[in-house]
Amino acid sequence: MLDGAWISFFNWDGITPRSWAGLANYRELIHDGAVHSAFLHSLVLIVFYSLLPVTLGLVLAATLSHTRIRGLTPLRTIVFVPQVIAAVVIGVAWQWVYDPSGPLDAGLRAVGLGSLSRAWLGDFGFALASVGVIGTWVTTGLCVVLFLAGIQKIPLSRYEAARVDGAGPVKEFYAVTLPALRGELAVALSLTVINALRAFDIIFVTTKGGPGSSTTVPSLIIYQRAFVSGEVGSAAAIAVVLALVIFTFAAVTTRLVEVQAE
Amino acid sequence: MISRTERTATYAIAIAFAFLTLAPLVGILFAAFHPPGALLNGVSVPHSLSFSTFSNAWHRGSFGRLMLSSLIVASSVVAATVVLSIPAGFAFGTMRFPFSSALFFLFLSGLVIPFEALIVPLYYHFRDLGLTDTYWALILPQTGLSLSFGVFWMRAFFRATPRSLLEAARIDGASSWTTMTRVLLPMGRPAILTMVLLVFMWTWNEFLLALVMISDDAHRTAPLGLSVFKSRYGIDVPSVSAAATLVALPVLVVYVFLQRHFIRGVLSGAVKG
Repeated sequence: MLDGAWISFFNWDGITPRSWAGLANYRELIHDGAVHSAFLHSLVLIVFYSLLPVTLGLVLAATLSHTRIRGLTPLRTIVFVPQVIAAVVIGVAWQWVYDPSGPLDAGLRAVGLGSLSRAWLGDFGFALASVGVIGTWVTTGLCVVLFLAGIQKIPLSRYEAARVDGAGPVKEFYAVTLPALRGELAVALSLTVINALRAFDIIFVTTKGGPGSSTTVPSLIIYQRAFVSGEVGSAAAIAVVLALVIFTFAAVTTRLVEVQAE
Repeated sequence: MISRTERTATYAIAIAFAFLTLAPLVGILFAAFHPPGALLNGVSVPHSLSFSTFSNAWHRGSFGRLMLSSLIVASSVVAATVVLSIPAGFAFGTMRFPFSSALFFLFLSGLVIPFEALIVPLYYHFRDLGLTDTYWALILPQTGLSLSFGVFWMRAFFRATPRSLLEAARIDGASSWTTMTRVLLPMGRPAILTMVLLVFMWTWNEFLLALVMISDDAHRTAPLGLSVFKSRYGIDVPSVSAAATLVALPVLVVYVFLQRHFIRGVLSGAVKG
């Protein structure tokens, strides 16, 4: 870690001797459009990897536990499956989904919306969102399982009390479920935001940052600069920035959880 | 109370959710039962259950060797993590010693730092040591990261064991070591199994480290091999799908039998971390 910070102060292609660069690598980052857009893409991915799955997860978990249906255990097992599958495999599966001959476009054509079909991952306007949806698919199940476990810990008496007070399902959700899930909510948010910030595998397998640079992310640029184009110092500087962002974020959320727990 | 329509609607949502989760995976599974090179359009249900595409992909991608590499790396990481994190967790969980909380915090930081941030110095160090393109380049860093989780997980387990048990063992004249191996570990089997499963899964699925550290065929792991296979035979959807299925299968099979452990581990790891 500290070593990475040390490398970031040098001009180095990884082969010839390095030369001292001071803060130049960092100064260049400030004006580096490629890095800006990569971090910007990370923000978009946070929406897909974090905000969307957490919201969907809350709604689904609340709906599923409200009516107390049977079969929750097998459902839990199924929706958790994306967590145990290698990201490379997930990338392969979704690349097939998004392929012009894949099920998504075939489905669109079948219902007469053929004009909407496209090469999703090769489209400048849609590639980033398409990659994002993969993240939503991976994470929503995790959020649901997490929230279901949280809801099960809420004493039934609280729901009964709410019902006696004449609360409908929506009010019940806001008055009982949501406040009780604060801890799980914080955990889900911090976990998924960190996942969004470090996203690499799926993007590397599906788009490699393309088309153009429309799906680049910081970790991908670190990889390319350090191991493909020989700008090791610059890569190390980006890695330091990324690590600082993740650390700060993790520290802030842990603090928030602790404060709430007290 | 809860109306029939409401119940039906909830079931419909549950089924749709499960369907959407499984669809992409079942889709490539279906594709894998088609002959290699077949052109598919949308979801195509196979006519017969022929495994020829699997064996074809297995040979063309040398998945036998890839799986063996992955198995060597994953079992080494699991073994090292178990052997090291149990005593460390025991110490953090039951003893007081100077700087214990600072040390523990150091271990915890490993839970947050991703490989993405470490990979640059890690690679150049290993290259200087001549360890790139060896299993060590995969085993050592992953053991390091897994230890963060292992120590954290075992500490939580040892902390949850009742104090009275420790005292009883001490009164009976047991040393710390006997207390740990004879009294606590037999109780801790489920916790250890969970740790073994999670570390195995993480190591098996790891991609970036292998991508950076390994450039020769002999040491490639299964996910890396899949990525190479895909860039070589990308258009051949059935073959790539078969290869992907092969890579996912080992963890998936274990998951089906021991899913409680996986879910419990990931959730409590997440909640406490």
